[in-house]
Amino acid sequence: MIVTLLVFAVLVAVAAWWLARQGLTARPWLEGQAAAELAAPGIPPLPTAKIGLGIFLAVATLLLSLLVSAYAMRMEMADWRPLPQPLLLWANTFVLVLSSLALHWAARSARRGHRAGVQDGLLAGGLTALLFLAGQLLAWRQLAAAGYRPAANPADAFFYLITAAHGLHLLGGLAALGRAGARLARGATTARLRLSVELCATYWHFLLLAWLCLFALLAHAPSIAWLAALCTAPFR
Amino acid sequence: MGDVAHTAGTAVPHDDIDGAELYHPHSWLTKYVFSQDAKVIGVQYALTAIAIGMVALVLSWLMRLQLGFPGTFDFIDPAAYYQFITMHGMIMVVYLLTALFLGGFGNYLIPLMLGARDMVFPYVNMLSYWIYLLAVLVLVASFFAPGGPTGAGWTLYPPQAILSGTPGGQDWGIILMLLSLCLFIIGFTMGGLNYTVTVLQARTRGMTLMRMPLTIWGIFTATVMALLAFPALFVGAVMMLLDRLLGTSFFMPALVEMGQQLSYGGGSPILFQHLFWFFGHPEVYIVALPAFGIVSDLIATHARRNIFGYRMMVWAIVIIGALSFIVWAHHMYVSGMHPWFGFFFATTTLIIAIPTAIKVYNWLLTLWRGNIHLNLPMLFALGFIVTFVNGGLTGLFLGNVVVDVPLSDTMFVVAHFHMVMGVAPVMVIYGALYHWYPKVTGRMLDDMMGKIHFWVTFLGAYLIFFPMHYLGLLGVPRRYHDIGQTSFVPDSAHTLNAFISVVALVVGAAQLLFLFNLFWSLRRGKEAGPNPWNATTLEWQTPETPPGHGNWGRELPVVYRWAYDYSVPGAARDFTPQNEPPPAAAP
Repeated sequence: MIVTLLVFAVLVAVAAWWLARQGLTARPWLEGQAAAELAAPGIPPLPTAKIGLGIFLAVATLLLSLLVSAYAMRMEMADWRPLPQPLLLWANTFVLVLSSLALHWAARSARRGHRAGVQDGLLAGGLTALLFLAGQLLAWRQLAAAGYRPAANPADAFFYLITAAHGLHLLGGLAALGRAGARLARGATTARLRLSVELCATYWHFLLLAWLCLFALLAHAPSIAWLAALCTAPFR
Repeated sequence: MGDVAHTAGTAVPHDDIDGAELYHPHSWLTKYVFSQDAKVIGVQYALTAIAIGMVALVLSWLMRLQLGFPGTFDFIDPAAYYQFITMHGMIMVVYLLTALFLGGFGNYLIPLMLGARDMVFPYVNMLSYWIYLLAVLVLVASFFAPGGPTGAGWTLYPPQAILSGTPGGQDWGIILMLLSLCLFIIGFTMGGLNYTVTVLQARTRGMTLMRMPLTIWGIFTATVMALLAFPALFVGAVMMLLDRLLGTSFFMPALVEMGQQLSYGGGSPILFQHLFWFFGHPEVYIVALPAFGIVSDLIATHARRNIFGYRMMVWAIVIIGALSFIVWAHHMYVSGMHPWFGFFFATTTLIIAIPTAIKVYNWLLTLWRGNIHLNLPMLFALGFIVTFVNGGLTGLFLGNVVVDVPLSDTMFVVAHFHMVMGVAPVMVIYGALYHWYPKVTGRMLDDMMGKIHFWVTFLGAYLIFFPMHYLGLLGVPRRYHDIGQTSFVPDSAHTLNAFISVVALVVGAAQLLFLFNLFWSLRRGKEAGPNPWNATTLEWQTPETPPGHGNWGRELPVVYRWAYDYSVPGAARDFTPQNEPPPAAAP
């Protein structure tokens, strides 16, 4: 659970940093602010949807870190037999990087008001994401054909579970991407479009980062044995 | 995520949202059934939670009948008894308390108390309720599935949860249970995003964080905690579902059942316990923090005094929320953990007593020399304080490893957690329902029925759970269908059990009276008026009662003061609403 606790500590630190700036030491019983002071415009707040996405990403991070925690705790046991990582996963990783870049391009175009660029970016991002998912399914098939099925060994089960969790998140992202595309096709205002595309891009970058971490964990677990040792220290 | 990208009202300064930005219902169906109005969703959540809570109540009756009069009721065989235990626990903790506090009170009160028109993502909010309802229906379906519901205990510990010796383990029961939990968590996450972002983004002008009523602080902190805690249960539930359906071995060690070597091997049951309690302990505070917040507001309002130590109350809520994530293994002292590990968790557990005690002192000091109105919300609030202190004190016993080990798995534990997270939060729920019912319906709940309800519930709860501590100290085990003849349990324990069962039946019946009151007062209750309690918080200052669509008419309220200006010296009335401007010609 150490991984989870570390992630949790980071989240708590962010929350504490935010809270500390909210005037938690104010003495509300003494303050009677004048109406004029209240009406004064402050810093324009972040778009609500972006904050919503940020909080969702925090939840998703914790979810994935719990899987990693479970993986690390299990890895330490004597009968752990890691499964071979097909080369295909490297190709998939490359495709996902492309997908993220495409969405980055789309978001940049949206900020500059290039609708054609947005369209190209969304299309390329969506297609490469689909290609990534197809590649992951192919990797599953290759492994299953080689006898590494979910029920064979906990390492195999974890591999399927973690890749599936990541893939499902990407699938959800594709639904949002589809909505952004529909918005573009309907001719939504630039500001509205920009927000949708930026949200998608943020989500894609998050999923890329998450995949890189998970891939490193799945493919190169022995090199982070120290982490596993740390995680299981209390149990020994 | 499609849900998150929903952008209605984005970046519109909240003080001048025009009508077009707001969702408008066009038919009866979208107004009362598929509504996106947080108030309607709140009521839907509350009614669904109370309905499923009635199922849990009946289950507790059946359990008590078996415990009090073993051998009398043929249909309660050991399998049925375990199923009753499991479903009672799971329904009460997750589907009733969590859903009612966050989904019910959260939805209804957050926008109103903050001066917002609605939640920030109304569509997602609606989905949240319908997924919750689906989760409840899947749970109820397991009663009718082949093999009945799961009997694995509410903690669903593997490996027994998915083996054939446990009711529902090899049938549908456990599958439906886990599916229902996953649905609940997905639905809750949608709602939770709403509650959190609404508090962050949709507060009206002047409503700084430190002017929020403590109810909102409690619900807000609990929601953040729930967003972070439920993923652990989700991961655990999915992994167990895979173990059961695909034959993976996340939690299943190699084992022999009925002389047969099963195909499982290499899994770790302890891993599940860690995941479960990483959710399970924060869950206690997910239920308790909204209760803390609500009870603070009830006490301040009905004692006509400002809450004592508002800042400390806020800090305590936040600190309790953070600490509750590093105490989970105190539920696992008997799982064979390293003593140092137990020492660490005992220490963190006892540290939580500090902020909690601060809260209790502050409630008492708020009451001190207050103008206490012994009306129903106040009675329930006082009942809560007493019960929570009682349950909290036995928590100090159980938090220590050396005391916990012998008491583990006895009725003492049952008595402890029923006091601290059963009776205490339920007291607050009742207090809150008596307090806010007039705002929701425009009518007061009947006072006479309410008084009977309170006294029977309060005294009854003590008659049930005080003796139960004693049974636990005698060594009467929990989770036993029938104690049978044992050398260490005297006959008097059986008499006591029968007594507890009779009281439980009576207390349960009193809840039916409350239910009747809810419906009876809807038509015949006394007209309440907009602010029957002379309260300061914004929800009592709405132009209409019950609040109309969009809550505030044309203009959003502006907040000039904190939520606790009761009995201010020199003020004309003994309460000053949050949206009342300061006197124009201040010296």
